[in-house]
Amino acid sequence: MLLIYCPYCEEERSELEFRHGGDAHIARPTNMADITDEEFQDFFFLRDNPKGLIFERWRHIHGCGRFFNAARDTVSDKFVMSYKAGEPKPDLSGATPATEKPLTEKVGETHEATEGTAK
Amino acid sequence: MADQALRKAPLVGRHGGSAGARVTPAGPATRLSLRAGTDAIGTLSLAFGLELPQRPKTSASVSGRHALWLGPDEWLLIDENGADLMAIAAGVSALHSATDVSHRNTAILVSGPDAAGAIASSCPLDLGKTIFPVGAAARTVLGKIEIVLLRTGEEEYRVECWRSFSPYAFGILAEGAEDAAL
Amino acid sequence: MSGANRIAGQGRLTPAKTARFTFDGKTYQALEGDTVASALLANGVHLVGRSFKYHRPRGILSAGPEEPNALIDVSRDVARRQPNVRAPVQEVFDGMKVESQNRWPSLSFDIGGVNNLLSPFFAAGFYYKTFMWPKAAWEKVYEPFIRKAAGLGVAPTEEDPDHYANRYDHCDVLVAGAGVAGLAAALAAAEAGARVILVDEQPEVGGALHYDMSVTIDGQSGYEWAQATAAKLKAMENVTVLTRTTAFGYYNHNFVGLVERVTDHLAKPDKKLPRERLWQVRAKRVILATGSIERHMVFANNDRPGIMLASAARTYLNHFGVAVGRKVGVYTASDSAYEAAFDLKRAGVTIAAIVDNREKPGDAVLTEARRLGIEVLTGHSVVDTKGKLRVSSISVARNGGGSARAIPVDALLMSAGWTPSVHLFSQSRGKVAYDAASGRFLPGTYAQDCLSVGSCNGTDGLQATIEESLAAGELMARATGNEGGAKVELRGENAFEWTGGMAGAGEGAGVDTTVKAFVDFQNDVCAKDIRLAVREGMHSIEHIKRFTTNGMATDQGKLSNIHGLAIASEVLNREIPKIGLTTFRAPYTPVTFGALISHSRGELFDPARKTPMHAWEEAHGAVFEDVGNWKRAWYYPRSGETMHDAVNRECRTVRNAAGLFDASTLGKIEVVGPDAAEFLNLMYTNAWDTLKPGRCRYGIMLREDGFVYDDGVVGRLAEDRFHVTTTTGGAPRVMNHMEDYLQTEFPHLKVWLTSTTEQWAVIAVQGPKAREILAPLVEGIDMANEAFPHMSVREGKICGVPTRLFRMSFTGEAGFEVNVPADYGQAVWEAIWARAEPLGACAYGTETMHVLRAEKGYIIVGQDTDGTVTPHDASLSWAVSKKKTDFVGIRGLKRPDLVKEGRKQLVGLLTKDPNVVLEEGAQIVADPNQPKPMTMLGHVTSSYWSENCGRSIAMALVAGGQARLGQTLYVPMPDRTIAVEVSDMVFVDKEGGRLNG
Ligand SMILES: [Zn+2]
Repeated sequence: MLLIYCPYCEEERSELEFRHGGDAHIARPTNMADITDEEFQDFFFLRDNPKGLIFERWRHIHGCGRFFNAARDTVSDKFVMSYKAGEPKPDLSGATPATEKPLTEKVGETHEATEGTAK
Repeated sequence: MADQALRKAPLVGRHGGSAGARVTPAGPATRLSLRAGTDAIGTLSLAFGLELPQRPKTSASVSGRHALWLGPDEWLLIDENGADLMAIAAGVSALHSATDVSHRNTAILVSGPDAAGAIASSCPLDLGKTIFPVGAAARTVLGKIEIVLLRTGEEEYRVECWRSFSPYAFGILAEGAEDAAL
Repeated sequence: MSGANRIAGQGRLTPAKTARFTFDGKTYQALEGDTVASALLANGVHLVGRSFKYHRPRGILSAGPEEPNALIDVSRDVARRQPNVRAPVQEVFDGMKVESQNRWPSLSFDIGGVNNLLSPFFAAGFYYKTFMWPKAAWEKVYEPFIRKAAGLGVAPTEEDPDHYANRYDHCDVLVAGAGVAGLAAALAAAEAGARVILVDEQPEVGGALHYDMSVTIDGQSGYEWAQATAAKLKAMENVTVLTRTTAFGYYNHNFVGLVERVTDHLAKPDKKLPRERLWQVRAKRVILATGSIERHMVFANNDRPGIMLASAARTYLNHFGVAVGRKVGVYTASDSAYEAAFDLKRAGVTIAAIVDNREKPGDAVLTEARRLGIEVLTGHSVVDTKGKLRVSSISVARNGGGSARAIPVDALLMSAGWTPSVHLFSQSRGKVAYDAASGRFLPGTYAQDCLSVGSCNGTDGLQATIEESLAAGELMARATGNEGGAKVELRGENAFEWTGGMAGAGEGAGVDTTVKAFVDFQNDVCAKDIRLAVREGMHSIEHIKRFTTNGMATDQGKLSNIHGLAIASEVLNREIPKIGLTTFRAPYTPVTFGALISHSRGELFDPARKTPMHAWEEAHGAVFEDVGNWKRAWYYPRSGETMHDAVNRECRTVRNAAGLFDASTLGKIEVVGPDAAEFLNLMYTNAWDTLKPGRCRYGIMLREDGFVYDDGVVGRLAEDRFHVTTTTGGAPRVMNHMEDYLQTEFPHLKVWLTSTTEQWAVIAVQGPKAREILAPLVEGIDMANEAFPHMSVREGKICGVPTRLFRMSFTGEAGFEVNVPADYGQAVWEAIWARAEPLGACAYGTETMHVLRAEKGYIIVGQDTDGTVTPHDASLSWAVSKKKTDFVGIRGLKRPDLVKEGRKQLVGLLTKDPNVVLEEGAQIVADPNQPKPMTMLGHVTSSYWSENCGRSIAMALVAGGQARLGQTLYVPMPDRTIAVEVSDMVFVDKEGGRLNG
């Protein structure tokens, strides 16, 4: 169960209070009635589903009720940050999700990971 | 002209809980879902006679009237004395929205040394003394339903929920109270 | 006497405190604090079960949750019965009934044991190969055989009478495991002021201190120090100590699941106590102090009862006061087993020999063994064992060959070294790393805010463990903002440091041997099975695991994983880290469904939402149907009436007189603000700025793709206030949909939304006498037809309480919907009923509502639409504004597929035989004689007997339907083909005059 930081409540709350809202930063065209089929397809149907960092919408539906955006690593489920709706997409090109961060000196010394090699 | 219709509260006659945590239906109250931008807060606070809280998870209370921060532009106003909150709101010209939810919600009072434990049986919110002190308020979940929780005292909580969910809320709090007292 | 093998003066149990239990019908005496395993061993019972596949006799292997063999069925009464309980974990209570499993007709004589003789046919992978063909045999032969043979134990047949509790909790530092490491870490964190939760699966804290008598900490014996430390922690306000509590799952963001066993050890538990309590803990930091598990030796016939882990024998002796044999052999690759021999020897047990497969054991243990006069055979191995229902002798041979010598024993202790318990670490998505020097997988890369300490972290040595744990406890407390307390210091001493350990098959069970040298006891996997898997082409450990089922039993390979890996590594000629370890999954040990469900059972399984008028409806005989979580009155049968009778009567009565209907469950949203109309213009296809206050309009809401999402009547109460209604089931999602657009696409609009579904009780009064019924009860509203026309709304009073009175209809009759504050709902309903009944009106339920609306062709979103229907498909084009330049769905409606010819459209269907009622969902074809598969034109969405029409009516989605009016189509059914004529959807009062009556 995730722990999600709500930028309006200014604290981390249980995932039970939230609802996922799909990809973030897909703006509804202001000239909606006039866009082409291709533009509509991109706007409404097509999503990337990347492995790694994604920007997504959440609603603190059973909390403050607000929609907000979050940057999350889909592999580790770590949240890099969350921010209010309407704020620009942050530049996280330099940021690596916290997955690989060693916690203490001792841990930093240990060996390479060895997961199962089944393909 | 027929007789005046009588009011029937959803939890009438229910009682439960344990030695450590009493669970009782609260009396009727008037309630308002109040929505407004920051610029109207001063005027509205003046009209309602309490400072509308502006920080997350906080509330303000003055003699039986409570204003709970639910969101950045949203408050739940509760008047335990039944004041006509809609009428007060109607007198405010600053831009806002007031909707009567007096009958939508009902409240359950949980009190006693194990009150927090009773609520924690089904509520994922951290109820620790410093993180959810007296006066703290939040919309959250209780089991499978949504509630608004207000800590009214060291060992006292008010659980607001929609009326049709109240038997469920009451049942789960009563069970939680039994377990918390063990 | 609590068993002949209890040694006076040994152990920590009190001889005077006894408890009686039965095992396979025979009564035994135990001491309070015994586990089933220790009590059985005290009574000389080693044979406790049969193995899964070969039905081989099995005994007690361990003294902990890693137990693969001694799985028992424990019952308190017929309903409180649990299979697959680990005998070393289950505490004895007075009166408990224990039965062995997986045997028939009896434990000592088991017919399934023939599987052992047939074992050549049950080689690894046999499930996959043997049962492939012939196909027909699957159902009749193979599946029943597997069903009977597979699965351990028998599920109880009665409903679980116990209850279970749940608790959410939060802490700074959660410490899993309360051995030396966990206690030290918890103490340091607690002293620094952190909120600490310390959990341990055993009844008492101490971990290895239960058996390790050589440890002293700060001058106290290890065990006493542990209890004293736990007492100290319990007394601290910031600490919760939970024993009999397993941290079974480590999930995202430091969310850890614990299960506390509350009553399973009690003879007569207080009924108020939950059987188990689930703790859902969110920890800021986690310290894993989960210790390590001793491995068995892999050699021929290593599974006979009486053969057990060396540390287990120490636990039985030092904690429970039980000698596991009188003449005990030891087979080891690790120094740790020597200490078991020393303890037993000092307690008066004969040690037959210590067989050490190493040439050079640790000097200290060797010296001590000699001093105690114990024969040590270094460079030797146990190559076989004998004994039918309990081990009677071992065959010992010099490594590398030579003749074997038989040594009589009645128990054999073994140790291949220790496997760090990295299960929780692995569950946290941490990556383990192989430490070649010690031959162990250890925590490598951390994924979450946690630390491992002590032997689960590969830390050897008592003082090193203490210091690492104290440091971790303090570090984690500081990291979570705690600044209090003095530094904790502890000094520990013990007798021996341990060296040694091995993984894989031992002498006599190596490559090219066919002996049964068990790797995984619970799933009966031998060393040769793993080699077979490799020969069959399984080269990844994940494949080997699934082919052999090694590590796939309920113990998840706590003992077998490392051995399996080493054997595969040997045949593959690849290093262990190249083969990799399988990933550990939650739960660490099995968790009951009861604990996971906790409060969600019976009345608390799901909220049962009842309207304010529910009690009246119940008292008047309503039958209810579930609509989402709501209980809605379905129909009101009178004495002797069938449902059909009741619905026909209700339908007639509404059209001839009037009916009362509870519409409270309809979703309601108050839309308030100066931009309310503009917002609704965007959310609905209709135009709302033109709607005058006091008037209502039917609105259609689309998704962006142009499909119908919801519908409902919207009333404008004031310039800046609308009362929106939604479908019953759609209320929450419509609210979310509207909030989404308001907050994220149209945040400039000054408008707010509030759910008022439950603020209002809604009483629909429908029918020609509706006005006559209501008018005398209403104040402040002109009820005259012209003053209050169809599709309008007024505010006033009814029965002295405020009302929003809608003039609207979902029946086609003149009608009203009375909204009153919910607490007044029942009283107002009763007042209306008191007027309605004498006028010949009835109460009607949802079934009649459905029929009446279908008679008028009013759609139900979600029944007549399915998420692929446009307003045009539903003949609702009139409700889509042609003037607006934007609304949600405006572009979707223009998509090529949505405007093309031949789309499925809603039409009416009239069966040629008026008495035939179609089945909802039935398919429709043009030519019933065409070859299969037939071309299907659509399906029936709504179908009823219409008493008012005196015939059946139906609605259907039919390809190109609106162009087929008058055509004959067919509905093929299993027993007949029904001819239907396509019609319009209005079956009653096509002109609509009754609405305005
Ligand atoms: Zn929030």
